[in-house]
Amino acid sequence: MAYVPLADQEQELHHPHSWVTKYVWSQDHKVIAIQYGSTAIFVGVIALVLSLMFRMQLGFPETFDMIDPSSYYQAVTMHGMIMVVYLLTALLLGGFGNYLIPLMVGARDMVFPFLNMLSYWVYLLSVIILLASFFVSGGPTGAGWTLYPPQTSMIGTPGHGMGIILMLVSLGVFIIAFTMGGLNYVTTVLQARCRGLTMMRLPLSVWGIFVATILGLFAFPALLVAAIMMTFDILLGTSFFMPAVVEAGQALDYSGGSPILFQHLFWFFGHPEVYIVALPAFGLVSDVLSTHARKNIFGYRMMVWAIIAIGGLSFIVWAHHMYVSGMNPYFGFFFATTTLIIAVPTALKVYNWVLTLWEGDIRLNVPMCFAIGFIFTFIHGGLTGLFLGNVVIDLPLSDTYFVVAHFHMVMGVSPILVLYAALYHWFPKMSGKMYHDGMAKWHFWLTFLGTYAIYLPMHYLGFLGVPRRYYALGTTDFIPESAQHLNTSITVAALIVGAAQLLFFINIFWSLRYGKNAGSNPWGATTLEWQTPDTPPVHGNWGPELPSVYRWAYDYSVPGAHEDFIPQNTPEASEPTVDTEHFDPDHDSSKADI
Amino acid sequence: MNFYKDVTDKSWERKGLLEDLASEPAFAAPPQKVALVFFLGVATVIFSLFTVSYFIRMELPDWTPLAEPGLLWINTALLVLSSVLFQWSRSAIRNRQEKLVKLTVIGGGLFALAFIAGQLAAWRELSESGMFLAGNPANSFFYLLTGIHAIHLLGGLWVWSKSSLRLLSGGTSEEIRLSVELSTLYWHFLLLLWV
Amino acid sequence: MALAVVLLLLIVGSVIFHFASPWWFTPIAAEWQSIDFTINVTFWVTGLVFIAVNAFMAYCVWKFRQKEGHKAVYEPENSRLEAGLSIVTTLGVVAMLAPGLFVWATFVTVPEEATDYEVVGQQWQWSFRYPGADGILGTADTVFVSENNPLGVNPEDPNSQDDVIVNGPEMRLPVNQPVRALLRSKDVLHNYTVPQFRVKMDLVPGLVSYQWFTPNLVGEYDILCEELCGIAHFIMRGRVIVEEQADYDAWLARQPTFAETQSMAEPNVAAGEQQYAACASCHGQQGEGNEALNAPRLAGLQDWYVARQLRYYQQGVRGGEGDPMGQMMAPMAAMLSTDEAIANVSAYIGGMELERSPATLEGGNIDNGRRIYQSNCAACHLPDASGTWYTDAPNLAGMSDWYFERQINNFRSGVRGLHPQDDYGEQMVSMATAVANVQEIADVAAYIHTLAE
Ligand code: HEA
Ligand code: HEA
Ligand code: CUA
Ligand SMILES: [Cu+2]
Repeated sequence: MAYVPLADQEQELHHPHSWVTKYVWSQDHKVIAIQYGSTAIFVGVIALVLSLMFRMQLGFPETFDMIDPSSYYQAVTMHGMIMVVYLLTALLLGGFGNYLIPLMVGARDMVFPFLNMLSYWVYLLSVIILLASFFVSGGPTGAGWTLYPPQTSMIGTPGHGMGIILMLVSLGVFIIAFTMGGLNYVTTVLQARCRGLTMMRLPLSVWGIFVATILGLFAFPALLVAAIMMTFDILLGTSFFMPAVVEAGQALDYSGGSPILFQHLFWFFGHPEVYIVALPAFGLVSDVLSTHARKNIFGYRMMVWAIIAIGGLSFIVWAHHMYVSGMNPYFGFFFATTTLIIAVPTALKVYNWVLTLWEGDIRLNVPMCFAIGFIFTFIHGGLTGLFLGNVVIDLPLSDTYFVVAHFHMVMGVSPILVLYAALYHWFPKMSGKMYHDGMAKWHFWLTFLGTYAIYLPMHYLGFLGVPRRYYALGTTDFIPESAQHLNTSITVAALIVGAAQLLFFINIFWSLRYGKNAGSNPWGATTLEWQTPDTPPVHGNWGPELPSVYRWAYDYSVPGAHEDFIPQNTPEASEPTVDTEHFDPDHDSSKADI
Repeated sequence: MNFYKDVTDKSWERKGLLEDLASEPAFAAPPQKVALVFFLGVATVIFSLFTVSYFIRMELPDWTPLAEPGLLWINTALLVLSSVLFQWSRSAIRNRQEKLVKLTVIGGGLFALAFIAGQLAAWRELSESGMFLAGNPANSFFYLLTGIHAIHLLGGLWVWSKSSLRLLSGGTSEEIRLSVELSTLYWHFLLLLWV
Repeated sequence: MALAVVLLLLIVGSVIFHFASPWWFTPIAAEWQSIDFTINVTFWVTGLVFIAVNAFMAYCVWKFRQKEGHKAVYEPENSRLEAGLSIVTTLGVVAMLAPGLFVWATFVTVPEEATDYEVVGQQWQWSFRYPGADGILGTADTVFVSENNPLGVNPEDPNSQDDVIVNGPEMRLPVNQPVRALLRSKDVLHNYTVPQFRVKMDLVPGLVSYQWFTPNLVGEYDILCEELCGIAHFIMRGRVIVEEQADYDAWLARQPTFAETQSMAEPNVAAGEQQYAACASCHGQQGEGNEALNAPRLAGLQDWYVARQLRYYQQGVRGGEGDPMGQMMAPMAAMLSTDEAIANVSAYIGGMELERSPATLEGGNIDNGRRIYQSNCAACHLPDASGTWYTDAPNLAGMSDWYFERQINNFRSGVRGLHPQDDYGEQMVSMATAVANVQEIADVAAYIHTLAE
C-alpha cells in the first residue's frame, strides 16, 4: 500500500490546554521524561538511605539499635531491588530514553504519546505498591532481591506474608509499564527518524537505549513468568517451584517443585537486566566523551557492533550466577566460556573511549570528569567480573563481599557516574540554565573518590571470605579483627558520599532559580537535540519544519571547517568533507579557522 | 531495510540525504503494525518460557500427565473459525464488500467469545472431575497456560469491540482497516500459540 | 590536569593497597592449590590491564587537555588497531579461561577413592550422616522427618540402619583422604562452605548436590552457610575437625548409628519424679519456680531442652564466669549421675502442666513487644512462643518474666551462649541484640506473657 513516511505526515499532536494537561496528564515526551526521572530519583534516594541504615549496622555493630536482623534483611532486599529496577532501569530508559530519543531522531514526539503517558502512570502505580509494602504487617519482603524460593514464602523470612505478594505484584505492574514504554522507544527509533538520519548516523546514546530496550522487552517476560508462577505457589498452593519442605517441624503440602527452575528464569531476566542498565550508560557516556573531547567517537562502527554483540551475548550467560547453585555442574564449562567472551566486545568499547581522548582537545567540564571517572570504575568492576566469570574462582568468591564489591563497582557506581554526567550535560538543554560549576565539581570529587573508597576495600573483605547478606559477622576462626576496621571505614565513606548527593539536589534547585542562561548549544555539540529552535524545547520540538540530517553525529574538529563542530543538520554544501582516514591538523595546510 | 548494509555503512564518509539507505521508517508499515510485531515477540517469549518450564518440570519425578477434556477439540475448532473469518474480512475490506465485512468481523469476534466460554466450561469440567489447580503440576500448567492465553485473547477482543462498534454505527470499512488487519495478525498468532 | 594526577594516584594507591593489605585468602587446608593458582593468573592478567589502560587514559587526559590553538585530530576509525586490540584481549581471556576450565573439570569429576558423607541443612542448623559399616548411605526423605528422626532417614531402607547420625553442628574428617560431601536440605536453600577448603555448593531441597575435596591439614575449621536462608542465615554455623585417621575412627565409633537412635529406652517418669524431690525445694512442687530463690519456673519446658541444659550445667557450659545463679545450679545438676537419670527427670519435668506464672515486671509495651517478637524471635520460637525441637528453641510462653529478663541480659553480655560447647547458645547471643535495651526486654516479656493461654 502507498506509504507516507511518518516524519513527513503532520503527526497530530495532542495539544495541552490547561496546566494539568500540560504538566500532569501530559503526553509530551519531555514532561513524561521528567516525571519518570524525578520519581526514579525519589525512590533511588530512599534506597540510598536504606543502604546507609544497614551500613551503620555493619560498620558499628551493637552501637546502633535502630536495625534488628529482620529489618536488616528487609532493608538490603528493598535497597537492591529499588536500585536496580525502580531507579536505574526507570531513570535510564523511562527518563533519558523518553527525553532524548525523539529529540535525537528529529521527531516531534514518541509515536504513541498516549501509550507513553500511560506507561508513566503505571510505573508510578508499581512504585506506590512497592512502597506500600513497607506499611503492611510483617513489612516488606526480606528474601534478598533475588527472591529465591522456597525461602520467600516461609516463616523464617521477614515479610513472608503480604510483603512478598506486594513485591511480586509491583514487579508485574512495572513490567507492564516498561513494555508500554519499550514498544514506544523501539518503534520511534525505527519508524520516526527524520529525513537523512540513517541508522548509522544515530548518536550512540540512541543505539544504547534502543538495544537495551529490546533486551528489556525480551528479558522482563522471564521475570513476569517467574513472578506469576511464584504467586500461584504462594496463594494457590501449586508446586511449580516449591519442593517438599519442612517448616518448623511440620511438612508443608508442596512436592516436587524445582527451586533451580526459578533461578534459571530469574537470571534469564537478571543478567540481561544488568546490561539493560549498562548499555544506555555506554551510549550516553560515548556522546559526553566525544563532545567534551571535541573529537569524533573513535571507531563508531565498532561501538555499534559491540553494543549489538553484547546485547546478543547477554542472553546466553545467565547461569554464571548459578555456578554453585546445585545445578548440573557441567553447565559451568559453557557459561564460563560465554561469560568471558563478553569481555571482548566490552573491552573494545573501553579501548575506543580511551582512544577518543587520544589526540583530542579535552575540556574537563563536570560532565567530562564524571565520564572519565566512569571509565576508571567500570574497568575496575568489569575486571573483577572476570574473576567471578572464571567458574573455579567463583567457588571461593561466590556469595562473599567480593561479589558485592564487583556489582557495586560496575552497577552501583559506574552507571550512577554516567547518570550524573548525563544530568549535568543535558541539564542546560532541559532547563535552559547552566548548573553551578563549583558545587558540581565538589559533587564529582566526593562521589568519585568516595565510592572508590567504599568499594576497593570491599573486595578485600571478599578475599578474606566475609559472606554477603550477613547481619553480623560474629566470631570466626579465619576473619581477623581488623576486618571490622575495614567495615567501619567503608561505612564512614558511604555516609560522606551519601551526604555529598545533597550537593547535586541543591545545585539543581539553585541553578533553576539563579543559574545563568545556557544558550541553545553551550557545549558546541553536533547532535540534533542541541539544534532545536527554542531552549528548553517546546511541545512539538521543531517549530514548523522538521530537521533534515546531512552527516553523521560526530563531525567534531573537521579539518577546514568554520568551527570545531558541524551540526548534523548542516547541509553538505556549506561545509568541507574529508576523505583521509587519519587527518592531523598540526600538519594541515588549510588552517581555515585558526 | 537491509540490516547488514545499514550497519556497515561508513557514515562519516558520505554527506547528504543518502536516499539509498533506510533513513526515515525502517519498515514500510504503519508504526502500529511494527509495535504489534514486537509485542507478539514479547508474548512469544512469555509463552515459550512457560512451555520450557513445563518441559523441565515434566522431567521431575512427581509428574502425572493429564487427561484433556474432549471439549478442547470443539474450542480449537471455534478458534480456527474465528481466525478464518478475520482473514476473510481482511480480503473483504480489500475489495470493499461492506456487508461481508460487517458479517465476518463481528462473526469472528463472536466465535472468539464462544471459545473463551468453551474454555471456562472445560475448566469447570476439569475441577468437577476433581482435578484442581494445585492437584498436580500438569493441572497447574494447564490452567496457567490456558488462563494466560485467554487473557491475551480478551485483550484482542477489546480492540475488536471498538472497531465493530464503529462498524455498527455505520462507519466505513476504511476506518477500521488497520485495526482489522492487526487483529487478524494477532488472531493467527494466538491460534498458533494454542496449537 | 588535577584529574590526570588523581587517576595516576588511584592506580598507584590501588597497587600499594593490594600489596600492603593484610587481608587475603585464609591459608588453604585442602588439595585445591590449583584454584589459588587460577586466581593468581587471573589476578596478574587483569591487574596489568587495569594499570595499562588506566595509565594510558591518565596520560591522554594530561597530554591532550585543552590548549590554545591546539585542535583535535579527525580520525573516524582505525580497523587495524581495533583488530589488533581485539586479538590481544582474546589472548588475555584465553590465558585466564584455559586453566579455569581445566581445574573445573577436576572439580566436577569425583575420584573413585573418595568416601561419602552427608551434610543436612535446615533453618538454621547443620547435621551430618556417615555411611557406616556398609559404606552406603540409606535413602532419606522429608516425609520421614520427626522429633527422633530429625534427618528424615528412611527407616525401611536396610542400608540406613548402620548409618552414623551426628545430630549436632560438629563433624569430623580424616586428613589426606578425598571426601565427597553429599548435600541435602530439609527446607530452604543453604550453602555448605569451609573457606579453608576453597569450594562451596548450595544445598537444594528436593535434590542432592555434591562437592569434593581432600583436607590436607589437621585442624578445626568453621562451617558457614553462604546462601541466604532466612533471618538467622548469618548465625548458621558449624565446625569441622580434620584429624588423623585413627582419631577419626575412634570418634566415629562413639557416635550412635541410626538403628540405635531409633531404639532409645523409654525414660522412667516415676523415677524422674523421685529425683525431682531434690529440685522441688527451690523450683517448687509443680515446677512453678521461686523468684526469691532465683529458681526459674520449669513447668512447660520441653524434656529435650531440660536434658540439654542439665548436661550443660554438668559440663560447666552453663553456670560459669559471671553467672552466680548458674553457679548455684551446677552442683545440683551434678547430682544426676547418669544420662538415664537426666532423661528421667527431664521426662518428668517435660510432662508438668501449669498455668502461666504471674507477671512481675511493669511498664512493658505489649505492642512494641509483639513487633520485636514476631519479626525476630518467632522464626525459631514460633508465633505462639511454644518453641519446637526442629529449631532447638525452648517454649517461652508462660515462663517467669524476671528469669527471661536475666537470661536475655546474660546472652547480651556473653555470660551465656559463648562457651564453645554451647552449640545453640551462640545463636541467641546474636539474636538477643534484637531487643535493644531494658525497656524493650520488658516489652517483649510483657508480650510473651500474653501468649500463655
Ligand atoms: C551493570 C551491571 C553489571 C555488569 C556490566 C556486569 C559485568 C560482568 N559481570 Fe556481573 N554482576 C552484576 C552486575 C553487572 N555485571 C550484578 C548486579 C551481580 C550480582 C547479582 C546478585 O547476585 O545479587 C553480578 C554478579 C556477577 C557474577 C555472579 C557472581 C556470583 O554470584 O557468584 C558473575 C560471574 O560470572 C559476573 C560476571 C560479570 C562479567 C564477566 C562481566 C563482564 O561483562 C565485564 C566485562 C568488562 C570488562 C572485562 C572490563 C573492560 C575490559 C578491559 C579494560 C580489557 C579487558 C582485558 C582483558 C580481559 C585481557 N557478575
Ligand atoms: C544501582 C545499584 C546499587 C547502588 C547505587 C547501590 C548503592 C549502595 N550500596 Fe548496594 N546493593 C545493590 C545495588 C546497589 N547498591 C544490590 C543489587 C544489592 C544486593 C541486594 C541483595 O543482596 O539482595 C546491594 C547490596 C548492598 C550491600 C550488601 C548487603 C549484604 O549483602 O548484607 C551493601 C553493603 O555494604 C551495599 C551498600 C551500598 C552502599 C553503601 C551504596 C551507596 O550508598 C553508595 C554511595 C552512593 C551513591 C553511589 C549515589 C547513589 C545516588 C542515588 C541512588 C540517588 C539517585 C540517583 C541520581 C540522582 C542519579 N549494597
Ligand atoms: Cu543456611 Cu544461610
Ligand atoms: Cu551476570
